[in-house]
Parts: sequence; C-alpha cells; structure tokens
Amino acid sequence: MFRYIVKRIIGVIPTLILVVTFVFLFVRMIPGDPARLVAGEQATQEDVEIIREELGLNESLPTQYVNYVKGLFKGDLGTSLRTKRPVLTEVSNRYANTVRLTLLSLAWSSVVGILLGVWSGRHRSKWQDYTGMTLAVSGISLPTFWIGFMLIIVFSVNLKWFPTTGADGLANLVLPAFTLGTSVAAVVARFTRSSMIEVLKEDYIRTARAKGLKEKAIVWGHAFRNSMISVVTVIGLQFGYLLGGSVVTESVFAFPGLGSLLIESVNYRDYPAIQSLILIFSLHFIVINLLVDILYAVLNPEIQLS
Amino acid sequence: MENEKIKAEADDIRTPFKEFIRKFKKQKTALVAFAFIILLVVIAFISYSVVPYGINEYDYNAIMQGPSAQHWFGTDEFGRDLFSRILCGTRISLSVGLLSVTIGAVLGTILGLLGGYYGGILDSIIMRICDVLFAFPGIILAIAIVAILGSGLYNVVIAVAVFSTPTFARLVRSTTLSYKNSVFVQAAQNLGASDARILFQHILPAAIPNIIVQYTMSIGNSILTASSLSFLGLGAKPPTPEWGLLLSNGRNYMMSSWHITLFPGIAIFLTVLAFNLLGDGLRDALDPKLSD
Repeated sequence: MFRYIVKRIIGVIPTLILVVTFVFLFVRMIPGDPARLVAGEQATQEDVEIIREELGLNESLPTQYVNYVKGLFKGDLGTSLRTKRPVLTEVSNRYANTVRLTLLSLAWSSVVGILLGVWSGRHRSKWQDYTGMTLAVSGISLPTFWIGFMLIIVFSVNLKWFPTTGADGLANLVLPAFTLGTSVAAVVARFTRSSMIEVLKEDYIRTARAKGLKEKAIVWGHAFRNSMISVVTVIGLQFGYLLGGSVVTESVFAFPGLGSLLIESVNYRDYPAIQSLILIFSLHFIVINLLVDILYAVLNPEIQLS
Repeated sequence: MENEKIKAEADDIRTPFKEFIRKFKKQKTALVAFAFIILLVVIAFISYSVVPYGINEYDYNAIMQGPSAQHWFGTDEFGRDLFSRILCGTRISLSVGLLSVTIGAVLGTILGLLGGYYGGILDSIIMRICDVLFAFPGIILAIAIVAILGSGLYNVVIAVAVFSTPTFARLVRSTTLSYKNSVFVQAAQNLGASDARILFQHILPAAIPNIIVQYTMSIGNSILTASSLSFLGLGAKPPTPEWGLLLSNGRNYMMSSWHITLFPGIAIFLTVLAFNLLGDGLRDALDPKLSD
C-alpha cells in the first residue's frame, strides 16, 4: 500500500514539470509581441520596453525559465498588470471564496446525486428510474450560465429571497452553489445508478435475498456500500470539473473568486495573472486526481492485494 | 427458388451491424433525439431563407417586446426578432460543435492508433502530451488557448478541438492495445499486410463503436463549452446570433425582459440534450454486455 502511494506520487512529478513548462511557455506562445499587445497600439516604444522588462521577456528563454521556476518556489507569481499588485495577493484575496463555493457545490451534489442514483438503480426500468434519469440527463445538458440566470430571475429579482451578487454570507452562496453543482449531481446520479445495477446482479446480493434480509438492508448495507468504491472516484474527479465550472458560475453571479478573476484577467490581457491562475487550477486538479487515486486504492481491497 | 433460399440465409446471419440496428430501433428516446438532430441540421441549412425577419433587421417600434403572435420569442433591445435570430444561430452552434469534435476525434484517433500500435518512445510522448492536456480542467484549457490565440469563433473551435483530442487518443489507444496481439491482427501480419493496412482496416474498425459513442457525447459537451466561451465574451462577437452570446446579452435586461435569456438557453439545452440522449442510446445499442 505504502509503496503504491509513493509510486503514484512519483508518477505525478513528470506531469507537474510539463505543466509548469507549458504554463511558462504560455506567454511566449502568443503570436506577435506580447509586450506590444499588453501595452496597446498607441503605446510608445519606451512603454513597450518597460512592459517587456516587467514580463521578464528581455532575457534569454532558459534564464527566464529558471527565474520563473525559482519564483514559483518562493511563492512569487509575478505582478498583475491590471492592479499592479503581486498576483499572489490578488489570488489569496479570492481563494477562500472559490474553495467555499466548490466545496458547498460538491457536498450538495454528491448527496443528491447518490440518493437519486440509488433510487433509480434499485427501481430499474420503473417510473422512479425514468424520472431520475430524465432529471440526470437534463442536468448534464443544461448550460450552467442559463441555470444561473433563471435562478436569479426567479429567486432574486421576483421573489427577492437571495442577493444576486457578492460573497459575504451563506445567502450569497446558495444560488451559485446550486448552479455549479447541478451537472455534477447529474453525473454522480448516472454513475451511481449503473454502479448499483452492476452490484445488485452479484451473487452475494442473491444470498442476502435468499437468507431473507430486508430490502432496505440489502440496498444500503450491501449494494450501496460496494458500489460506493467507484462512485467516490467519480465524485473526486468531478471536483476538477467544479474548478473549471466555477469560471462560468462566478461570472454569472459576479462572485469574487478565482474563476471570475481569470475572466477579468483574460479581458485585460493581464498575462502574469492568467498564467498563475491557469497554473493554480491545474495544480489543484492534479493533486485532487492523485488523492482520488490513492483513496480508491485504500477503499478497494483488490488493489491492496496485488 | 435457390436464390431466394440463399437470400433468406443471408438475412439470417446476425452481423454486428444488423444487431446494432435491431437494438437501436428499440431505443425510443434515442430515435426521437436522432429525429430532432436531423431537424436541427435541416434548420441549419434553410434557416436564413425561411425566418420571418432578418437577423439584423432593426425595428425601433418593437423594442424589448415579450413573446407575441408577430414575435414568437419576443424582440431584443434593437427590436430584432429573437425567434429568427435563434433559428439562424443553429447553424453556428452545430458547425462549431461538429467541426471541433471532428478535428479532435480524427487527431485523437490517429495518435491513439500510432501510440498503441508502435508503443515505445512514441507512445510515451503521446501519452505525456495527453497527461498534460488532462491536467487542466476542460474549460480552463479552452480559456488558456483562447487567451493565447485571441478571442473569436475560429479560435474557440481550435480550443475545443484540442481539449477533446486526448479523450479520443486514450480511448483508441486502449482498443489498439487490446487488439494488437489478437489472432486476426497476427494473421494479417503474417500475410504481409502493411502497418497502415493493419491499423486502418483491422484495428480501427474494432474501435469504431467506442469512437461513435464518444463522438456523439462530445458534441453535446463541446456545444456547451463553445457557448460558455461566447457567453464569457471569448467567442462569437456581436451581432452574430450565437446562442451563448444572445444569452449573455440578455443579462443586461434580466429585470424587465426575461425572454431574452430564456429562449436561447432552451435552444442550447434541447440541442445538447438531443446529442446526449442519442449518445446514451448508441452506447446501449453498441454494448455487447447489454442484452435486451
């Protein structure tokens, strides 16, 4: 087990190095002169040179790379062109908001998704199944931003139950978390259902039935517990989706998180900020995937044996 | 007499394709979805000549009107007919979805075949590239690519194509690996078939069912992503009647004119839903484990 975990952690290192390199090359891949692009058409040559200096583009590529990586280790993500403050400050101001939003979304969508999936799976091909799966396939087909707007129109504009924007309290989180979690709940429900159906075919379920166990005990005690091994993996992987989805959701609700910061930065061509945010999203995604892999191994006795 | 007998015998042979058609016909929802997609394709072709109003036909006497007999979906802030604009937007969303996923599928399939068949360093390089692309949550990768290339619909197509490539590459690679040492591939090798022939005539057909399911599912997803990018201001530019953009325009008038946000959203939803339902149906029909 320990060896497996160490192996998985070491296996991630090459990906990490490649991702950092990709993100470093990011500004250098922009067609034309990035410094000129940032400065704008009207800028004087002097201004362009100042920005080139700021972006660190006047050094040789290997030197730039070494400086970049050194900076990362020191927590230096560069200076935002938009606010002239360190990117790290900008990010840390909003980091907690996005974490709160994604965790709340993940929590409700896992619970709802699992319940819906179990409900559909144990009543396979009955009305419960059709209802559950219609909801689920709709959930993965709805545009996030549209859900957000409809919620705002109904609950903020007409009923005035929730504020439309901001991130101050729990009330501000309800609508964005609902919006962001919808498709995750749908994916979890679909997966839980098929996992339940697989498990319910197993011999030990037949044994449980044969010995006269109550249906509730069979579903929750045997089928549910065994189907959870793979469901946990899917939920973990959906966390990465939530990070990406937060970009759209945060923009809809003008929610001050990392996602809306990314869009503001893209619109301003604030390359140091874009670069850092993409790196941050990616690192989180990699680490979460790694943890999910390890968790899967811990939960699944088959892997422990081999 | 003899001919009829042979024909009847030929009909009895259960080819995988016949089996698939038989199973697919039972998927009523998927059939409806398929019919709806055909309708969308027809709309995409003829919309511009049948819509009641031009997509940029301003009417300042009919600004921000709700749905009515003249304007089924209402009008926007310039008095443009939303029904006409949404109908004409079908062409954009469908072409963006189909084009980007087709590019991704073709690239991914070729990479997957090559990596799986030849193995070694080529395979390692291809899989490393996939790992890096997979290390970014989907839409973040698309935003990164658009941030490099600049905003616009063409760049959105490229971005979505890039992020759908690794999924196809992994899928085709695993099929290639499992068939590489199978008897029919070895037989073809012994008969002196070229690598290209083995890859495209023998291994690729085995991967086709999985590719088709993934392809259909990806179209829905890529239409969603592309419209999200337009919504975020990174894709289509006004006055293009792109659905995501129409919706984003509606956000300024949410207080008074909800119809501007409602209808483009329904258009996106129904289109994506149709592709997802078709994908589900195809998957069930192509899955040998599922017997009726």
